[in-house]
This record gives sequence, structure tokens and C-alpha cells, in this order.
Amino acid sequence: MKETVRVASGQGFWGDLLTAPVDQVRRGPIDYLMLDYLAEVTMSIMQKQRARDPESGYARDFVALMREILPDCVEKDIKVLSNAGGVNVEGCADAIRDTARDLGIEGLKIGVVTGDDVLPRLGEFLDKGIAIDNMDTGESLAGILDKVQAANVYLGAGPLVEALGKGARIVVGGRLTDTGLTLAPLMHEFGWTFEDWDLIAAGTIAGHIIECGAQCSGGNCQYDWENIPDLEDVGFPIIEARADGTFTVTKHEGTGGRVNVQSVKEQLLYEMGDPHDYITPDVIADFTTIHLSDEGENRVGVHGIKGNPNTEFYKVSIAYSAGWKSVGTLVYSYPDAYEKAKAADRILRARLQKLGLEFDTVLTEFVGVNATHGHLAGEPSKDIPEVQMRIGVRGDDREAVSRFTKEIAPLILTGPPAVTGFAGGRPKVEEIMAYFPALIPKDLIETKVEIIET
Amino acid sequence: MKVELTKLAHARSGDKGDTANVGVIALKEEFYPILVREVTAEKVKQHFGPIVKGEVERFELPNLGALNFLLHGSLGGGGTLSLMTDAQGKTFSTALLRMQVDLSDDEAESLEK
Repeated sequence: MKETVRVASGQGFWGDLLTAPVDQVRRGPIDYLMLDYLAEVTMSIMQKQRARDPESGYARDFVALMREILPDCVEKDIKVLSNAGGVNVEGCADAIRDTARDLGIEGLKIGVVTGDDVLPRLGEFLDKGIAIDNMDTGESLAGILDKVQAANVYLGAGPLVEALGKGARIVVGGRLTDTGLTLAPLMHEFGWTFEDWDLIAAGTIAGHIIECGAQCSGGNCQYDWENIPDLEDVGFPIIEARADGTFTVTKHEGTGGRVNVQSVKEQLLYEMGDPHDYITPDVIADFTTIHLSDEGENRVGVHGIKGNPNTEFYKVSIAYSAGWKSVGTLVYSYPDAYEKAKAADRILRARLQKLGLEFDTVLTEFVGVNATHGHLAGEPSKDIPEVQMRIGVRGDDREAVSRFTKEIAPLILTGPPAVTGFAGGRPKVEEIMAYFPALIPKDLIETKVEIIET
Repeated sequence: MKVELTKLAHARSGDKGDTANVGVIALKEEFYPILVREVTAEKVKQHFGPIVKGEVERFELPNLGALNFLLHGSLGGGGTLSLMTDAQGKTFSTALLRMQVDLSDDEAESLEK
């Protein structure tokens, strides 16, 4: 057994720094690279792509990345785990296999984890009398069933451990939890099982710390932000884990950013609910048991973590079409910038009313005055240099939202003076994908682990 | 004496649906009891006023010298439904750090050090 296992984070979200995973592989030692590509809204976008083109529906960026780093990974024996498969895991795995063949890599085993996609089965579940209710609102799935665009269960570390056990060097899945991507390698290497709840909780919290990439190594860090060095070359985080469930958060030597107790604390609290019950498919982790210690420059020790047995349910993330929205902006300059922006908003709203356009919500914010802190920011200075008026509408009637987008530009010649910032043209109309989180009994879900080989 | 919470704590915020979470972390260990005493769910609800439509919940993490707040109904519907600039609640951290907290004379003195 290895004494320590190094798991590196390469992406905090789809669209994160493209160079980060390459740096993780090339600028120091790691054993595993984990890459998270999926946000809640991503699955519905991928379902739409796949409806147009059956070959698509996964994160193509991942394939491009593999082309770049696969030779390094093979040479240095680095294994890669990712949820880049989206709604077409097999397609993604095939693309990786073809890429590996192009590169002349033989005998590469790729683990393919499926079973998370329950879109075709929702009707069956409801027919069987299984309650699928919104965890936040209590609303039944039946009310929105015809608008559902994507439905995926969050799978945990189990199938990933199975794939690694079968010799996979690359593992791809769809809606895998971010934390499972870090936990699975530790379970595989150290032989942890789903009875060692403290250890499973430790691996899960390690995953939580690195799942948002550089957000634990100096990015978006409030503590002493102005002195965090070299963010232009920020090092993404690495977990050095030991078999007893203790671990160290660090980053490669010579990279920018900073890992300290404060940066790790900020990330621990990110998107936190009840800290006693951090629920994943794998475990219920207790964040009130975490102890941090300063282990020197860019090294933070973590120990003491306790966990409780996992639940009988998976969380299912359902995306459904919930109307249309659009947001338009204009910029007003000194003098009286805020007064002009407010006048423009009044004029625009009166015109929308005169046109008989109705929306569920109309929201106006004044960027530079109140867009982030609302009334807490107080009244702006009289000589504020400029203010952006930002107005958005939302509703079920696409035509009404579309008509709204044609009322922004006319304000330039028909409203208050000293206005600019319209070069982008009419704002676009966006379809809203609302999110319906629910629980579903685990025994209804069959996960499948396949190995394909080059 | 009243001071802005930003003198005592740093913070990070995020979203879960229409709920914003704000983690408030004591800058020094000795500030944590002040946070527990002064930054109550009730005072946080009052601080945000109309910005938070629902309830405010507070959780204590003495092991990290931190408090976690859930601000329900504060993100205009949340996710892609929201029309807000900050639909993900990223700036609620600094909005909470604007809050005024009461310090005793001794505490105010230790803050100066």
C-alpha cells in the first residue's frame, strides 16, 4: 500500500482555467487527477445538444485535454477521474479511446460508469407510485413531467472504486458527485469500505475542499486577498492523503496562490448547509469534527473527521423548462448618472405597460449603486461617474420577452442623455431551465461499470 | 462601541437554489465568542431586511471558529430562474460583513492590538 496518495483537482467547473490540469500533471508529483465538468444546468444543455446530434452530449473539452496530457499520464502512472461524460458517457469514452489509439497508446483501460440518467424512467417511477417531490418546495414531479429536459441521479464513489479495481486508468461517468471523484481513489488505494464511515467522511471532505479548484488555494479568498502571490500562475489544490484518514491540502512547488488555514476554512464553508449533516450518496459527514493545522508554507493538515452511515436515497437532479427571460443594459454617465438611469427605467417600464406586455417578474438593478448589496450600500455619491441600468424580465410568453428586447436600444435616442454601452445589440432571449431536486430510493437505480480498452 | 463585522471576520458565500449561505469565520480565535453572541440569526435577518424574504438559520462550527448562515428566499428564485446580477449569492459574504456589532470596552481594546 502507498503511504500517501496524491489527488489533484484540475477543474472547478466547466470553463475553468484550461492550463490547470496540464500544470497539475507536469509541475509536480500526483497520483490521481479529478476533473468536474458538470453544473446543474449543464445536463439539460447536453440533452438538447444530443437531441440535435446523437454523437454529442458530453464535455468535448475533456477529450481535447486528454489528447494533450494522456502521454504524460501514462508515463507517470497518473489516473484520471471525471464526470465529463454528461448525458453521453459511452460517446465520451469512445472518443477518449480513439484519441488514445491516435496517440499510439496500447492496452489503456477506460472505465465507463452509467446508470445515472433516469430521464426515460421518470414516468415508470410515478406509475409505480414512487413519490418524487421537490425537496425545497414539496411540489410533485407529476406537475412538471411534460417539461422535464434532464434527470440524473448523483452517483457516489462506489462504481468508480469498482472501475479502478478492474484496472481502469481513465474513469468517465455522467452525474457523479464531485466529492466521489476524490474519495474513490482513496478507497481504492487504502481498501476503505462503506463501513469505515469516519474514513469515508474524511475522503468526502477532502473532495469538498478541492472540488472548486483554486477556490481553496488563493482564488476568491477574502482573507488577506491583496497579498496572495502570483494568482496569474495559481496552483490548483492537491490532497496528500494517508490510510488513517488524515490528509494535507497543498499545491505544487513554484506555483502561485496560497494554501493556508484561512483559505481552506473559506472553502469548507462554501455552499454549506447544516454542517452536522453533509449528505452525499457515500456518507453523512460532520463538518463540526474537522480540525485544521498549519503544517508550514502552503500546507494545511486536516484530521479528526467523523461520519455517519449513508442514507437509502440518491439525490436526483431534474431540469425542466420554466419559461423565458432576457436582461438588457445601458450605461449613463456623469452628471446625474443615477438620476438618468432611474428615469430611463421609469420610461421603459411605462412603455412595456403601454404595449400590454406582462411578465412574472421585472427586476431593475443599478450597477455601481445597488446590484450586489442592495439598500445596504446606501445612497451613491451625487457625482458618481457612471451607472449601468440593468433590467430583466421573466415569463412564460416567449413573444412578450422577445418584444421586451426591442425596447432597450430605442432609449438611446428617446430617453435621458449621456447614454452608451449598447454595442452588443439587442439582448438575447434565454430559455429558463429550472431545477427540481428530489430523493429517489437507491434500490431503483442500477449502476453499470464497463471497461473498454485500446 | 460599534464596529463593522469585517474587523472581526472574513466570509464566503454561495447558493443552494433560492437560499444563499454565508460562512463567517473569526479572524482571530478570541473573536469567535463575540460572533456567537452578536451575530445571531435574528440580527442577520434584521440586517438584510427586504433582501432576505424567508427565514435565517444559523449553525455553529466552534472547531473552525465559524458560523454558517442560511438565508432562505434571497436569490430571486435562484439558479437560472433568477434575474439578479448575483443569482449565485457570491457577494452576500461582504454584504453581511457590513453589519455593525457591539463590543465591550475590553473587547474594543483587544481589537486595537
